[in-house]
Amino acid sequence: MTIRIENLSVTFDGFQALKSVSIAVGKGESFGLVGESGSGKSTLLRAVAGLAPVSGGTIEVSGERLSGGRRSRAFRRAVQMVFQDPYASLHPRQTVDRQLLEPLAIHRIGDGERRILKALDEVGLGPSFRFRYPHQLSGGQRQRVAIARALIVEPEILLLDEPTSALDASVQAEVLNLLEEVRGRHGLTYVMVSHDLGVVTHMCGRLAVMKGGEVVETLSAADLAGSRVVSDYTRRLMVASKGFSREAVSG
Amino acid sequence: MTPLLTVGNLSVTYPTRTGVVEAVRGISFELGRERLGIVGESGSGKSQTGRAIMGLTPPPGIVRADALSFSGVDLLKAGASTWRDMRGSRMAMILQDPKFSLNPVLTIGRQITETLRHHENVSKREARRRALDMLEAVQIADPERVFGLYPHEVSGGMGQRAMIAMMLVCGPELLIADEPTSALDVTVQLEVLGILDRLVRDNGMGLIFISHDLRLVSSFCDRVLVMYAGRIVEELATADLSKATHPYTRGLLDCTPKIGESRHPLPVLERRKEWAA
Ligand SMILES: Nc1ncnc2c1ncn2[C@@H]1O[C@H](COP(=O)(O)OP(=O)(O)OP(=O)(O)O)[C@@H](O)[C@H]1O
Ligand SMILES: Nc1ncnc2c1ncn2[C@@H]1O[C@H](COP(=O)(O)OP(=O)(O)OP(=O)(O)O)[C@@H](O)[C@H]1O
Ligand SMILES: [Mg+2]
Ligand SMILES: [Mg+2]
Repeated sequence: MTIRIENLSVTFDGFQALKSVSIAVGKGESFGLVGESGSGKSTLLRAVAGLAPVSGGTIEVSGERLSGGRRSRAFRRAVQMVFQDPYASLHPRQTVDRQLLEPLAIHRIGDGERRILKALDEVGLGPSFRFRYPHQLSGGQRQRVAIARALIVEPEILLLDEPTSALDASVQAEVLNLLEEVRGRHGLTYVMVSHDLGVVTHMCGRLAVMKGGEVVETLSAADLAGSRVVSDYTRRLMVASKGFSREAVSG
Repeated sequence: MTPLLTVGNLSVTYPTRTGVVEAVRGISFELGRERLGIVGESGSGKSQTGRAIMGLTPPPGIVRADALSFSGVDLLKAGASTWRDMRGSRMAMILQDPKFSLNPVLTIGRQITETLRHHENVSKREARRRALDMLEAVQIADPERVFGLYPHEVSGGMGQRAMIAMMLVCGPELLIADEPTSALDVTVQLEVLGILDRLVRDNGMGLIFISHDLRLVSSFCDRVLVMYAGRIVEELATADLSKATHPYTRGLLDCTPKIGESRHPLPVLERRKEWAA
């Protein structure tokens, strides 16, 4: 197992955001997280990255037991996270170029010019975006810069928090194809949060369904697609994913 | 009947280091007391259109239009005080990046109550009660706790709902909602759409619903504008979405992954130069 999380709890000032959560993700696997807004999906990814106050349980990545919020430099290159909120993760006063150059500099990776142009091209942003600031980009363009920045250091594990929720279907298809292609080529491991069940079943072999800080069910994408689900909550999600109708809404 | 909102030949441009960016290039439409969807490619000008209507185009952006009026008020001539009175009360916009748009140093509760007290003469207690009710209405499970949290302490979808609560608390006549449910799980998403639906149906609010999610827009809105490269390339009644003729719209319908389907890689759009003409 590349990622093994056992009985993980995270507590913010007495509020338990994760209650004894366990998941295991194999090397080269793509694992999905879906569930209620506020159920702890982002917190789970952040805990792996060392960015959440863990109050119990264990996290193991590539055989190494992680403690507290300390992460080695090798870890910080091998494990990249794309945050849900690209505005918050991009530096407001740095151009796209600077934001892509910085991780290369930190990890002493050469050939910056070529890598930056390639990374931008892969996420469908032409060279004219290179010297823009985040506020000069649309929502989806910012998210693509965040994805480019994660991929540019050639990581082994990608933690993706709603990577395509700000993208229209056409750009989403391109980014999903890119992510699948990179994973196939380099055997990457993905943990991907998405509230779009179509996206999750497309990208992931297995997934966990979360509610109220707990995993209510872990199942294969094929079982979800075939409605072979155990928990009522998962079933409700599937009904809701069919779209809006006045009948589907209470009141 | 005069429309609630009239937009005539609106354009938005930005001078940048590498030349002028034409974010919006001459679009026109009218809005009644209905649910109008705007869909379109990332970067096609959806948010910039919404911001221009709200007078929120940041400098050095330049807005031009032949007409821009909201319930008889000429927005092109509106001064700062007109905007202050109208924005947040009679017309409101749920911005696409809720966490960025919320004030990072004020609690969620404080932001909602301040909006309310700025526009209405209500007591502190009354404001608090209405803010909590609003948070509950948008399906926040624990309104008392969330009331006291700062924006960085709430989840993506909770921030989005806080923003929605803040914009709805004064009961606007026009609401521009920019990707208001993109961070919400599908069950909460439906509840939030239910609230917006009732506001249009029962209170006669006009709603512009910006989204990249065609499935959602087609099930929720009355009609939809499709934008591409700063222009409106197609207008459709949502019931006719399957009859879309523009190749961009047709392409969009095809490249969404659906449960139970296996298409690897997904089909992608071949964008044509002439679409942007
Ligand atoms: N820094 C913090 N301080 C206090 N509470 C926090 C903090 N960060 C997260 N929480 C709480 O933890 C819970 C889980 O948040 P998290 O962001 O993990 O949810 P999520 O499943 O990603 O939801 P969404 O789908 O809306 O993004 C929420 O109730 C949130 O308020
Ligand atoms: N301050 C700015 N300076 C220069 N260009 C800008 C600025 N703000 C926005 N743009 C550009 O204007 C165009 C339209 O942006 P807008 O935010 O309206 O797109 P959008 O349709 O909302 O896209 P998305 O779905 O990705 O949010 C984009 O190409 C964007 O890069
Ligand atoms: Mg989240
Ligand atoms: Mg936008």
